[in-house]
Parts: sequence; C-alpha cells; structure tokens
Amino acid sequence: MSARRIFARPARFAAIAPYVWMVLFFLVPFAFVLKISLSQTAIAQPPYEPVFDLTAGWDALKAAFAALSIDNFRLLVSDDLYVFAYVRSLTVAVTSTALLLLVGYPIAYGMARLPRRWQAVAMVLVIVPFWTSFLIRIYAWINILQHDGLLNQILLGLHLVSQPVVWLSTDSAMYIGIVYSYLPFMILPLYATLAKMEPVLEEAASDLGAPPWQVFWLVTFPLSLPGVGAGVLLCFIPIVGEFVIPDLLAGSNSLMIGQTLWLEFFTNKDWPVASAAAIILLVVLLVPLLLYERLQKRQLEQGR
Amino acid sequence: MRKVSRLSRFNIASLALGLAFLYLPILILVIYSFNASRLVTVWGGWSLRWYHEFFNDRAMIEAAWMSFRVAASSATIATLLGTLAAVALSRGERFRGRTLFSGMLYAPLVMPEVITGLSLLLLFVALNAERGFWTVTVAHTTLTMCFVAVVVQSRLGSLDRSLEEAAMDLGCDPVRAFLSVTLPLIAPAIIAGWMLAFTLSLDDLVIASFTTGPGSATLPIRIYSEVRLGVKPEINAICTLVIALIAAVIVIASLASKLSSSKGESAAPL
Repeated sequence: MSARRIFARPARFAAIAPYVWMVLFFLVPFAFVLKISLSQTAIAQPPYEPVFDLTAGWDALKAAFAALSIDNFRLLVSDDLYVFAYVRSLTVAVTSTALLLLVGYPIAYGMARLPRRWQAVAMVLVIVPFWTSFLIRIYAWINILQHDGLLNQILLGLHLVSQPVVWLSTDSAMYIGIVYSYLPFMILPLYATLAKMEPVLEEAASDLGAPPWQVFWLVTFPLSLPGVGAGVLLCFIPIVGEFVIPDLLAGSNSLMIGQTLWLEFFTNKDWPVASAAAIILLVVLLVPLLLYERLQKRQLEQGR
Repeated sequence: MRKVSRLSRFNIASLALGLAFLYLPILILVIYSFNASRLVTVWGGWSLRWYHEFFNDRAMIEAAWMSFRVAASSATIATLLGTLAAVALSRGERFRGRTLFSGMLYAPLVMPEVITGLSLLLLFVALNAERGFWTVTVAHTTLTMCFVAVVVQSRLGSLDRSLEEAAMDLGCDPVRAFLSVTLPLIAPAIIAGWMLAFTLSLDDLVIASFTTGPGSATLPIRIYSEVRLGVKPEINAICTLVIALIAAVIVIASLASKLSSSKGESAAPL
C-alpha cells in the first residue's frame, strides 16, 4: 500500500467532527425553515403553529402534519409586494455585478501587469479593506454622502451644483455601497486568472498586427473568463440576499427580498412568511449556487 | 524579446483610482473621529472627545466585550474544525459523503446571511436553547469554519506531498507525519484562517441579530441601531478602534506566521 493511501485513512477520520457540526448546524436547520414555512403564524411562544411535540404521541404528530399548508407560498407568489421584492433583488444584483465587473476588471488587469514584487503588495492592499468591518465601510459612506457631507461640500465648492444633492436613501448610494463592499471579491478571482496568463500570448497577437483593443477582446478577455465567472458568482449570489446595504443606503419605497424577510421576521414577527421567503430565495439561487460549488471544487481540488 | 515594462498609463491610472476608492472613505472616517465638533461634517480641531464618550458608554463597552468574546471563541473552534475539514478534503482521497461534505462547506461562503441566520435561529428555538453568547458563537463558528477550511485547503493543495510521504517512509506513522511535517508547513494558513474567522465574526451583523437574545447585543448590532438614527461622531471613534484592533491582529498574525515559516513562505492570502 502506498504512503499516500496509508495517510488517507486517518485523514478521513478528521472529517467526522466538522461533518457532524455542518450537518447539525447547516443542513438540519433548513428542515426547520421548510417546516415553519408551511406553518401558520400564532400569537404564542414560539410564534407559529402547529408545533411538533414528539412526546405528545403519534396522533398529535399526525394532526400537526395535517395542519401544514402551502398558504404562505401562495401569498408570496400572488402578493405584488413580494413579487416586486424578488424582481428588485435580481435587478439590483445584475446591475451591481455588471458595475463591479466594469470597475474591478481594470484594477485586476493593472495588478496583473505590475512587476512581480509589486503584485504581492497590491494584493495585500486590495485584501486589507475586506478585513475591516462591512458595517464600518457602509457607515464611512454615510459620512460622505449625507446632506452636508464631504461629497456635497466638494461639489458645491467646485460650483458643479448650486445646492446640495440628495445622495442618501437613493439607488445611487446603494450601488456605490455595494460596489465598494464587494470590490475585493471581484478583483481577486480576476487577478488570479490574469496573473497566470502567459504574456507571450498577448505579445504574439500584437506582433501579428492586432491593435491593443483587439488584443484585449480576442486574447485577454476570453482567457480570463474563468476568473470573470468566479467573480460574478461570488458577488451575484450574496447581493441577491443583501440586507444591510439597501437598508442603510437605499430609500425605503422599494425593498429587496432580504429586507422584506428581515421586516417580516423582526417587525411583523411573522416567522412562517419569513421562512417561506427564505425558501423561495434559496430556490432562486439554487442554480448559481451549484455553479459556484462546482467552480470552487475544481479550483481547490485541481491537483488531485 | 520581452518588454521591460508592460504597464500602460491606463493600468497605472486604474490602479491608483481603485486604491483611492478603497481607502479614502475609511481614511475620512478615521480623521473625523478626532474631530472636536459635534457636527460630523464641520472640522473643529483635533480632539479625543469621542473616544472619551465611548469609554463612558456602558452599553457600548458591554457590546464590544461580548463581540470580542464571541469572535475569539468562535474563531478558535472554527479554526480547529476548519483545519480538520481541510485535511479530510485534501488528504482523505475518496470517502462516502464527500460531495455532501464539500458542498456544505462551500455553500455558506456565498449564502445570503439572512438565510443562514434565520435557519439557525429556528434550530435554536426548536432545541429550546437559551439565546445569547453561545448561540451566536455556534452560529459564527458554522459560518467561519468554512472560510478556514478553504484557506487551509488551498495551502494543503499547494504543498509538496512527497514531504509527508518521506516522513512515513522513514518510519513515522501518519499522525506523527502530519504533526511533525504537515502541520508546521500549514501553520501560516491556519493562523491566517483564525484571523479571518475572528474578523468575520467581529464584523457580522445579520447572523448575530437573528441568533442573539435580549440583553446580549454584539457591537455591530449596537452600531447598526445607532447608525439608523444618523451619523454620530462617537460611532466614528468606535469604528476607528475596531479598525485599529483588526490592523493589530493582522500585523501580529503576519509576524507570527513569518516566524513560524522558516523558509520565508508567505501566508496564504484570504
């Protein structure tokens, strides 16, 4: 038996503890979400019914099962409020991901073209803001965007506008916040593929007479598509369910689904509808999630 | 012949603008935390007034202490579990349930936090667990161990496996080979993983809001409820302190990983 295979056996045992943990705290909870999404709101503790009580005997359990219904889902797909929330979430996610690609690509491209030594420095510089708190970064923008904030002071000072512009509680503020917060997630995978690319390929194309934009479109961009895919998924999926950024920066007249879920849960105390909203969100994200899983797996296990 | 520099003016401009975009807002926030004026936007000279205010704010200090404890304990458990998971995935070859295992580990990395938070809360309610320090810690461990697993796994993947095989050919059993050869080599990644888990936990608002109970708010929950009411200079001061804490953690950890990796190997990024 090879050393590799002897090593593999105890390594497999290492899976037990994290496996049990993830099943218990990641997989099993979804069963509860599903169950409660089929329940009704009640003024009780916990605020839903039926409550499964395993000690109450078989008949009580059967009665509880019979009381489950898909009413919450009917409500979610028929009420405009929720349908709009899903549509808005997807629109915001698509728009922001496109913006992120537009902003992130030139930065990643510039990083990949730096001399080797400087690339590591640039990478640290891109990662560090990611380590500072998410909430703090949004708060930093509230400072800048508020009525008498720095941005308006600069615009007024330069006489570009005659009176302060309303930035907060608008979609532009939300998009600025999203692009700002998710930028490292777009830059890093793009940079990883661009840095691995052979510079010879671009040089060959330009030696054969292609103008720079053609070199980019016909050689660089197609070769960077794996990075584009990773960056897009890494941003798109969490943005669809985003709560904090739209809540603090966007107006309150049209909500994203993360916000409606939050509202149903914390303000209306309607746990069943919040759970049903979570299930639908999960279904919407299923395909991108599976794509992302495949990509992540291939990337981490390519050496195998 | 290779060109000496491939950097175009466009490259330099986009890098400079990009970094300015990333850093200026944070810099402005830090500068205004030293502002003497109550109005956040009017400069009234340098002052430590808002830091003083923060240190006299009992509720805020309590929340900060709670966050710190949660971050330290969840990061430690997450590092342990995440490292085990990474070892199993990169050295365990094929085993039953492997696809499900890696699926469960990679999904939380992108899963919207409202879903993770809600599902964990429903579990805690069903288990009748008292909500507070431990529920938030468990929730954060679940999220952050996945990040640790990815960081450590990518390090294990780039490691030369013949090293541990050589140790075993020389008579080490697998556990000993792992402890004396593999573990020191992946130590920088494990440290980086702990740091990442710590800062992610310190940062989290959504999952903590769902899983905490009355009377045990974390710092982000407090900050959030203050921010909703508007900008306050005290918040700038707290944010600056959090940034300083995270910066200190990064510096200490990168020094530690430099010391532990003898051949100057750098810690795995992210």
